[in-house]
Amino acid sequence: MTPSQQTSAPRQKRGGGIRGREGIAGWLFVSPLVLILGIFLVIPIFMALYVSLTNWQGNGSPFTGGEGAQFVGARNYLDLFTRDGLTRSNFMQSIGNTFYYVLLVVPLQTILALSLALLVNNKMLKAKSFFRTAFYFPSVTSSIAIATVFLFLFSNSGAVNAFLGFFGIDAPQWFSDSRGLLHIMFGWVGVDNPAWAQGDILGRSVWDWLSGPSVAMCVIIFLVVWTTSGTFMLMFIAALQDVPVEVEEAAALDGTSQWQKLRLVTVPMIKPALFLVITLGLIGTWQVFDQIYVMGKGAPAGTTLSPAFLSYQQSFENFQYGSGAAMAFIIFVIIVVLTRIQRRVLTDKDERTPLFRSLRRGGRS
Amino acid sequence: MTAHSNRKIMSVALGATVAVGLTACGGGGFSGSGDAAPQNTAKGPVNLTMIIGSSGDAETNAVKAATAAWATKTGNTVEVVAAANLSQQLGQAFASTKPPDIFYTDAAQIGTFAKAGNLFAYGDQVKDAGFLPALVKTFTYDNKFWCAPKDYSTLALEINTDLWAKAGLTDADVPKTWEELEAVAKKLTTGKVTGLVIGNDINRSGAFIKQAGGWVVSEDGTKMTATSEPAKAGLAEVQKLMKAGVLKFNTDTSPSTGWGGEALGKGVAAMTIEGNWISGAKKDFPNLKYKVVELPAGPAGKGTLLFSNCWGIAAKSPNHDQTIDLVKSLLATDQQMKFADAFGVMPSTEEGAKAFAEKYPDSAAFVKGGDYAQGPVNLPGFNDVLAKFNSQLATLGKGGDPNAWLAELQKNGTAAIGG
Repeated sequence: MTPSQQTSAPRQKRGGGIRGREGIAGWLFVSPLVLILGIFLVIPIFMALYVSLTNWQGNGSPFTGGEGAQFVGARNYLDLFTRDGLTRSNFMQSIGNTFYYVLLVVPLQTILALSLALLVNNKMLKAKSFFRTAFYFPSVTSSIAIATVFLFLFSNSGAVNAFLGFFGIDAPQWFSDSRGLLHIMFGWVGVDNPAWAQGDILGRSVWDWLSGPSVAMCVIIFLVVWTTSGTFMLMFIAALQDVPVEVEEAAALDGTSQWQKLRLVTVPMIKPALFLVITLGLIGTWQVFDQIYVMGKGAPAGTTLSPAFLSYQQSFENFQYGSGAAMAFIIFVIIVVLTRIQRRVLTDKDERTPLFRSLRRGGRS
Repeated sequence: MTAHSNRKIMSVALGATVAVGLTACGGGGFSGSGDAAPQNTAKGPVNLTMIIGSSGDAETNAVKAATAAWATKTGNTVEVVAAANLSQQLGQAFASTKPPDIFYTDAAQIGTFAKAGNLFAYGDQVKDAGFLPALVKTFTYDNKFWCAPKDYSTLALEINTDLWAKAGLTDADVPKTWEELEAVAKKLTTGKVTGLVIGNDINRSGAFIKQAGGWVVSEDGTKMTATSEPAKAGLAEVQKLMKAGVLKFNTDTSPSTGWGGEALGKGVAAMTIEGNWISGAKKDFPNLKYKVVELPAGPAGKGTLLFSNCWGIAAKSPNHDQTIDLVKSLLATDQQMKFADAFGVMPSTEEGAKAFAEKYPDSAAFVKGGDYAQGPVNLPGFNDVLAKFNSQLATLGKGGDPNAWLAELQKNGTAAIGG
């Protein structure tokens, strides 16, 4: 008796008769989708994982072994963290850049999207659909097109600098300014590359890690916040419309102020939407690519490098596909870990599960 | 129980899909990387695929006409594909079992392509064409001459003749040395006009390093010389001119410009350093009047940079013989002159370059540059190394220490050479 017969036997007994075969029929019906998802999604992921364990240089198939695609174990991963060199310093710089980018973009776009949604959801507002369309418009436009427009807006003689110049403000050269925001602020209090910041973490000095987003990166942050908040506004609107009117009336009867109502009634009621928006935000921001590709490819001085762009460059420009794939999987791990942490933070205290034990359950649900 | 059996069915389904996927990806063995890929000879008429990074319709049509002529003569066929993003499309093609037979290959990529085992080294079979020595050196890596140079361009000094005359300068004032360059740049810098505007990477500033008598990599490409005296002196000169306010990078001008030609055309620069593609600026700025002269000599004499593409042949192509024959037909002087007429490139052979200089005397300075030009670094893994250096160099206008950047270039380059 084979194991599969063993396991299916009790099921048949329990369900019995006509219902017993429902499970098999169900699998039969979903099998085309499982097959398609498997071939185009699951298998490529495992293939990429395997490539990240080889030194494949893009010549021939990476799965046949041989000189051009040796299995090197975790070396690509270890090199990214431990081997002193350009690849590590670029990768660490890209992680640093993206950390500041995510740190600013996610809260800003969430707050902006929520504010817009509250505004548009206001019963007193006239021409609602006009405003909804207007706020949503940047999200439906191609990110490449918007990035190109921003290149012109923020160029040295562009509209933004002309506007600032009108008020006598000496505007920076946005796309060639590699100074970090935090470094500029340190400069205001007279701190410049001090002795306490000379320690070395993963090949970069503490001072470098503390740079903050560069001026050029700030333009990209501004652009991304502006374009994505429209999409997230829609999600918030959908959630806000689900909040029962009675609850709001009850809150009003209890004499809450507008701010209290928002903080204690509305936001807790739309928590699932908030979770969704922050999760999508975290995932999307760590993967930032197209804006980087259009607006400078890492320039100035590597301060707009992102891991996703670096992974592309490492693979398709330098033919180091293994190392490029390894970068992609490190971003994957970062995103999973951050999403777990964020989910825990947003869960009520009594429902919390330990941070990592439930990883598998989370993955399947 | 149900969960258990579900998982089992799931794993069976997954197993089946994995099996399907892997069979799909099987096949396609490896030819050894790098050394001595055997020459493949297919019999009978063959269909060749050529992939090019075209500058526009003029170039695509010229290449199509040239290959069609060869095809009719020999009974083969050639399909010409103009790539949207050549390096990416080539990367994908090399991973397949049937890459294009022949393709444009940038000199800077020779090492990377050769090391990955993508190129068939056939340079020695077409050497009789009489290439410029500098070009042969540019396409030689690991002691092999990999591919036939297609054409080349060099840097020269372009001068806006209107601004030149306005500053009271004459033909006798054309700068021959760094000191003279400094003097005329100073005279030409007034108000919104900067004397000299150049691109912000090593592909322009590197010319000063060459003029100071060195380069960032040793002649034989085995060690880094980025911290040598000439390298430091070259960048120091750029920095000196910049501090004097008579030289700016194109990204630092106001309005900022995409390249030197645009700066010249918009009148924010009186001089720039570009290659023969400067003729493109004439289309964008029909009123622009300029002349082309050789770059001024540095303390170690004349020096300029050279850029080139070659006809790369895929190691995996089954039609090596036919493809080499096609290349030979494309290298003929009259064919190269047709390309020159169509889209302004300079022929890669001595004979062709001479014919070009006679036909286009205005571009003579570019041709002369071929005698003392330095090709790009063609070692594998240098893409990142130079990108890092360029991103630092671009900030020179805001201060910074070029010697520290050169030291980092030395360190990163040494690591890349070591593999």
